[in-house]
Amino acid sequence: MSRRISPVIPGFGLTLGYTLVYLSLLVLIPLGALFLKTTDLTWAQFIQVISAPRVLAALKLSFSTAFFAALINGVIGTLLAWVLVRYTFPGRKIIDAMIDLPFALPTAVAGIALTALYAPKGLIGSLAADIGLKIAYTPLGITLALTFVTLPFVVRTVQPVLADIPREVEEAAACLGAKPLQVARHVLLPALLPAWLTGFALAFARGVGEYGSVIFIAGNMPMKTEILPLLIMVKLDQYDYTGATAIGVLMLVVSFILLLAINLLQRRIETP
Amino acid sequence: MTSATLTANANSARRGNPLARRLLIAGAWLVFALFLLLPLLVVLSEAFKQGVGTFFTAILEPDAISALKLTLTAVAIAVPLNLVFGVSAAWCVSKYEFTGKSLLVTLIDLPFSVSPVIAGLIYVLLFGAQGYFGQWLSDHDIQIVFAIPGIVLATIFVTVPFVARELIPLMQEQGTQEEEAARLLGANGWQMFWHVTLPNIKWGLIYGVVLCTARAMGEFGAVSVVSGHIRGLTNTLPLHVEILYNEYNHVAAFSVASLLLALALIILLLKQWSEARLSRLKSNADEE
Amino acid sequence: MSIRTLSLSLIASALFAAPALAQTTLLNVSYDPTRELYVEYNKAFNKHWTAQGNEAVTVQQSHGGSGKQARAVIDGLKADVVTLALAGDIDELHKLGKLIPENWQERLPQASTPYTSTIVFLVRKGNPKNIKDWGDLTKDGVEVITPNPKTSGGARWNFLAAWAWAQQHYGSEAKAQEYVKALYQHVPVLDTGARASTITFVNNQIGDVLLAWENEAFLALKEQGGDQFEIVAPSLSILAEPPVSVVDKNVDKHGTRKVAEAYLQYLYSEEGQRIAAKNFYRPRNEKVAAEFAQQFPNLKLVTIDKDFGGWKTAQPKFFNDGGVFDQIYQAQ
Repeated sequence: MSRRISPVIPGFGLTLGYTLVYLSLLVLIPLGALFLKTTDLTWAQFIQVISAPRVLAALKLSFSTAFFAALINGVIGTLLAWVLVRYTFPGRKIIDAMIDLPFALPTAVAGIALTALYAPKGLIGSLAADIGLKIAYTPLGITLALTFVTLPFVVRTVQPVLADIPREVEEAAACLGAKPLQVARHVLLPALLPAWLTGFALAFARGVGEYGSVIFIAGNMPMKTEILPLLIMVKLDQYDYTGATAIGVLMLVVSFILLLAINLLQRRIETP
Repeated sequence: MTSATLTANANSARRGNPLARRLLIAGAWLVFALFLLLPLLVVLSEAFKQGVGTFFTAILEPDAISALKLTLTAVAIAVPLNLVFGVSAAWCVSKYEFTGKSLLVTLIDLPFSVSPVIAGLIYVLLFGAQGYFGQWLSDHDIQIVFAIPGIVLATIFVTVPFVARELIPLMQEQGTQEEEAARLLGANGWQMFWHVTLPNIKWGLIYGVVLCTARAMGEFGAVSVVSGHIRGLTNTLPLHVEILYNEYNHVAAFSVASLLLALALIILLLKQWSEARLSRLKSNADEE
Repeated sequence: MSIRTLSLSLIASALFAAPALAQTTLLNVSYDPTRELYVEYNKAFNKHWTAQGNEAVTVQQSHGGSGKQARAVIDGLKADVVTLALAGDIDELHKLGKLIPENWQERLPQASTPYTSTIVFLVRKGNPKNIKDWGDLTKDGVEVITPNPKTSGGARWNFLAAWAWAQQHYGSEAKAQEYVKALYQHVPVLDTGARASTITFVNNQIGDVLLAWENEAFLALKEQGGDQFEIVAPSLSILAEPPVSVVDKNVDKHGTRKVAEAYLQYLYSEEGQRIAAKNFYRPRNEKVAAEFAQQFPNLKLVTIDKDFGGWKTAQPKFFNDGGVFDQIYQAQ
């Protein structure tokens, strides 16, 4: 695989230029407005807004639930991708087609449906309540909702790469006496890891910002089950635009750093 | 290693461990049933609770139709734009080395991680009456937020990364040899793109477009902030669902939600069908 | 490319099929529970308006949380009239948006509040937890459903009603604060809006009592059938006064001032008041109020202006960052 500069392939200037202009107009300039609005605050005020106990509690909640949701998806997403690529079995095509539905289902509908299922009187919630487990209106419920809305990320990033790894490579390794775990470790893992990390990072980042599906199932109790995007809404409803943008900037910066770190890590894996 | 062991190893590698295989398939089904099927069944069972008649009344109501039109308009503008962007971004990221590449990839991903609440808010900060361009827009009688342009902008924003995200890993995996070979054989840039690159990335591209379309149709949070919720005018389908739900009209709400689901499902199935068909065509061609 | 052709034809069909609105339109930006009220009222107003020899008018409706709706109007939603949950939200239209004059409340009778409501309890049929008054809400094992006062106008009225009762009952502000703190410890879910809370209580069957607008509670009874819930009137509650106003800057631009003003004035007519009462809002007109006296329980009511010094005082004291509501959660 060539990973060096390819002077014979044209279009570098055109595609990079177009990419940058498009991103600037639609993403960077609008996000710049968010930063600009925040500059209405002094540093001290900014620190005061983001270090309020409620903001910190929400920060912890949003990031930890998103992390666990991404982790769960990292496992079951890889499982789903593996099964869909490697096996033929009844219903495979249906599962494959429907994996993307969480993207299409409006998040509010997802929230309403999940709450109906997992509330203490709901189909699954009542079963869980029998064994003393409370799902809706707890961080567990939030994690569940986030797992649902971000499910397609890992599956859809891992799946094409997995399909592209020639089966013969694994078979060759196995022929040479490698145990299944060795095959997984030395053949599959290096090839899959970049895609897996991307899927994980995207699921995580999306989970942190998710609003519609979570507010129904979260319970929204200050200090306990209140997520960051809800705090932004709360600030806006008090006409506190700068406070809202300050939290927005905080979320954005943290997500950006995380995504950047994972993209850098991924490049290090790819170019040893 | 004797040739006998080699053959035995090869056989077991091809067959795999039957128990593990069954367990994995069962696991996939379980995850699918619990995480995907069950919530969807809730939506569908609510929608058809009062029979097919009520379902059709709900989705054929004028407000629902106008919401559908608005949603399709937003999709029809957002998806082609993001398609062209995605190909272009994936191209420059996967075919060349340059400083700041990781930064660029991160910026492309960024809209995924921006909360829908913020995605809507930024356009209000820019184009709202109190926003940075508010005065100018108002002097020229241009309405962006709380009108259709705002809804389109918010939809574009949240779906920017989808196509690029599907293509980048795929094109990186494929490398550049084929394109280089095409160039050496005298193809010009466009010929190389149409005849070498595009066929290779076709499925990734279709995946990306499908996801982009699905997400554009379903977007709720960001659109909600810039819509203004004027019934029959600036309500998209997801917002219409919320309105119906809030009016105690649960059956209608879930009916319209099922309509969205059905639309998404049709797109997803079309993708699968064309994929299967094309791969059959290809294998036929290979045999001849 | 087929996708492009498809999308072009979709755009075209969407553009050409857009309904042509030749006649005058009014945009009424309102809060959540008034949907049913204005559907009926808009028809009645149109009849009245055309009977006077005017051209028919299309009234467009937008509903949402009161604060969110006010914000949208400030940010450029072209509302001709606003009909919101509390005067504090309309005040912001003057303060932040310069869209209306400061004295907007003096322009219509009763401080521009054509109908009122109050806060009552909705309990499950037979009142199994025997909830009669505010004091019962903090008993062991009682779960209370109310939305978040930070995001919901209705929730602010709930909070103030509870506060008013506690202050009279226990005699001091400190005790009142202790009471509301205990009350909110009995709340398992804080939804973002009044409707969301009703749905949590009614559909997801969470909680033993819902604190709700009176009109919202009646509507829930009507929609869900009276055999599952009943309304309990506490010994003391608050007079909730949802105000209305013309948005001067927008009506002058649209040339709709005349019809917008007539639209709001007609709310005070007997017909308008009757429609409000039929939708479970308490009418201001005494004659209509007498007709519907049976419908509304007789309650002792405090008011925001007399007992809390108006929204200008109450909002920062109770609900802004660092206010009483934050304190009762912070101190846990």
